[in-house]
Amino acid sequence: MSCSRRDFLKQAGGGTLASVLPVSAFTFLSTEEARAAVDNANVRWAFLVDTRKCVGCGLCVKACKTENEIPYDAPVTRTWVERYVITKDGQAHIDSPMGGRDGFIENVINGEEIDPENIDKAFFVPKLCNQCDNPPCVQVCPVGATYQTDDGVVLVDRSWCIGCGYCIMACPYGVRFFHPVHKVADKCNFCYHRITKGMNPACVDSCAFDARLIANLRDPDDPVTKIITTERVAVLKDEYGTKPHVFYIGLDENVR
Amino acid sequence: MKWHVLRPLWLAIGLVVVILIARQFMVPDDFGVHGDSFTYNFHRLSNVQEWKEFPVKHLGHESCAECHEEKVTMLSASPHAAIECENCHGPAVGHPDDIELLPIERSREHCLRCHQSLEYPNNARSELPNIRNSTHKRRRECVKCHVPHDPREKP
Repeated sequence: MSCSRRDFLKQAGGGTLASVLPVSAFTFLSTEEARAAVDNANVRWAFLVDTRKCVGCGLCVKACKTENEIPYDAPVTRTWVERYVITKDGQAHIDSPMGGRDGFIENVINGEEIDPENIDKAFFVPKLCNQCDNPPCVQVCPVGATYQTDDGVVLVDRSWCIGCGYCIMACPYGVRFFHPVHKVADKCNFCYHRITKGMNPACVDSCAFDARLIANLRDPDDPVTKIITTERVAVLKDEYGTKPHVFYIGLDENVR
Repeated sequence: MKWHVLRPLWLAIGLVVVILIARQFMVPDDFGVHGDSFTYNFHRLSNVQEWKEFPVKHLGHESCAECHEEKVTMLSASPHAAIECENCHGPAVGHPDDIELLPIERSREHCLRCHQSLEYPNNARSELPNIRNSTHKRRRECVKCHVPHDPREKP
């Protein structure tokens, strides 16, 4: 059998093309199907923290602990408030006693009295789970006990978690902890039981200064979404590629 | 055929079969990939509903207003309007059926959360009316002289 170079190339090319194209490539999707294949939710929860408004009262931490049944006096919390005091010598004094649960009512940081005359700047930074788009805590779970819902919130299945603690180690933001009562990993879930009922998270409701706000990024008319999309916001540890969804206004370089 | 590999091989295959059969019974039916990512959406689907059903405890001032309308009206007209009732009265769930009286936070420390002067420059805390805990009416309860529902009034 003779075969010219041209014929060989033609047939080899055609054969390769036919073998790599699956039948499904020829089905056409409707707009809804196409959207569903890419993203099937019309809700994506996000959070906005305005550090300029926070006064460090710690009522958010208190409300969170009671709302989510986190043992009140145990040194674990789903959200916490950090205090940063930058003194004139350039040193950053950082503390968060009991996660800021009882507020900050003294000028003493880690046992050291700070002279107000000596302060360059001071501010409070509330922290909580960032509900990342690429959550490292979910990747490392060996049993599928933690996962991302279609509205972007990362949840923990308490009946499935084996308490290995990998996720607690994996979270670059340190928001996960071992629940002392349920003996499983626990974390902030934006008060999933409240936001899915149209309520605000407990910390948002308890904040008298609007320093904490919740947003649905898929709703262009959401006033908080408008702030996130139009104002200059920052996220924590952007370089980790986790795509965090807690946005901060007034974030300082000393905040990590 | 006598081959020393066969016996442990059968044992291993038997173990795999037992595990696969046990798995059929032990893994819930709704466990699987629910979403577009195997990495992030591999879970038990009914757990989402379980979290949605977690009991709500802070009910908000609208709920308080159903019985305590005059207090809520007074508060919302005062400089303390932005403060939720439950910040000082505790979560309202179960009140008044199971918990007749909610515990009221009257401590000085509670007021100091916002009103202790920290003298921080360019900080929202410094813009609030504040006191120095060490010098201002030491150890007296703030509520003896200030009405929390409207701090402009005297008791």
